Amino acid sequence: MTTVVGTMPQAHKDHTGARIGMWLFLFTEILLFGGLFLLYAVYRSKFPEDFHFAAGTLDTFMGSLNTLILLTSSLTMVLAVANLERKNRKYAAIFLSATMVMGVVFLINKYFEWSAKFHHGLYPNSEVLQQHTGGESVFYSLYYLMTGLHGLHILIGLAILGTMLYFVIRRPRKKLRLSGVNSTGLTLKNRSGETLWEHSEAGEGAEPVREIEMSLVYTDNEDITDRLGIKLENAGLYWHLVDVIWIFLFPLFYLIT
Amino acid sequence: MNETMNETINETMEKKNPRPFSTYILIWLGLLMLTGVTITVAGLNLGTLSVLGAIVIAAIKSTLVVLYFMHIKYEDRVFKIMLGLAIFTLVVILVLTFADVSYR
Repeated sequence: MTTVVGTMPQAHKDHTGARIGMWLFLFTEILLFGGLFLLYAVYRSKFPEDFHFAAGTLDTFMGSLNTLILLTSSLTMVLAVANLERKNRKYAAIFLSATMVMGVVFLINKYFEWSAKFHHGLYPNSEVLQQHTGGESVFYSLYYLMTGLHGLHILIGLAILGTMLYFVIRRPRKKLRLSGVNSTGLTLKNRSGETLWEHSEAGEGAEPVREIEMSLVYTDNEDITDRLGIKLENAGLYWHLVDVIWIFLFPLFYLIT
Repeated sequence: MNETMNETINETMEKKNPRPFSTYILIWLGLLMLTGVTITVAGLNLGTLSVLGAIVIAAIKSTLVVLYFMHIKYEDRVFKIMLGLAIFTLVVILVLTFADVSYR
């Protein structure tokens, strides 16, 4: 009887490199929104009264509510990451779901907010706005552009978090193939040395086993951090960045009136 | 060689691990408090000061998010340097363009 020691193939992983890559992407996002903030600053200094007046029409309550929602969703996001780090698959999934729910609620609020503005005829190039001053028109264009682009980021974030939730919940299967075996007796043991399965063909002319193929299903969370930790952390980085952008959008559009 | 590398990796992982949930909850409470402050300050009608105040508070809030929620506090120095460079670049672009537009 031959003993073949099989281990799960481990791919080389560079978590620091993965995080650096994510941050490099986030820098491009910072510059993208930074350019829009610059546009806002320049036009605000050009039309101070118009911006002052137009910003007064935005719903401060709705804006504050959405700020609370996003800040709280960032907390649940980081708690999902921290739970996965501690191998708590269940709580990671719960906090991740909570984050997604808050993202959806944020977008629903945004929908009502925009609908109210549209209802009053306040949208880019609308007839109502054409009768207003140029500065107000610019304010609403920037408002729709910046909160719209931010909302798009929330939507993309939700898609990413949904994918992550699927990865956290499912128990993956892995095909393992061992070739180069030449034996008539095989034993499958678990980590503590207990025999799980045995195969032996003794006797004259017994055909030896040449290859073993196994389909393994993960049953414990032993390596969940290893498999998913960095993915969830990078997804979290994206979600937090979207939160940071809103932290600046909120006072500049809703509060400075 | 490989073993030493694995050890270093394990050490950094261990250093990263003690991030208690309570820290995150405290940071969240701080963020909520600062949001309250920024809304109150905006209601006071301080003129130009209110713009400055709002931006300063937003900067403090995002620093908290970046340091704790985005783990920059616990990251290697290379992350801090890169982030510093990115913010510096953004500030240069903002300040130079704004200065140019203001004195045109």
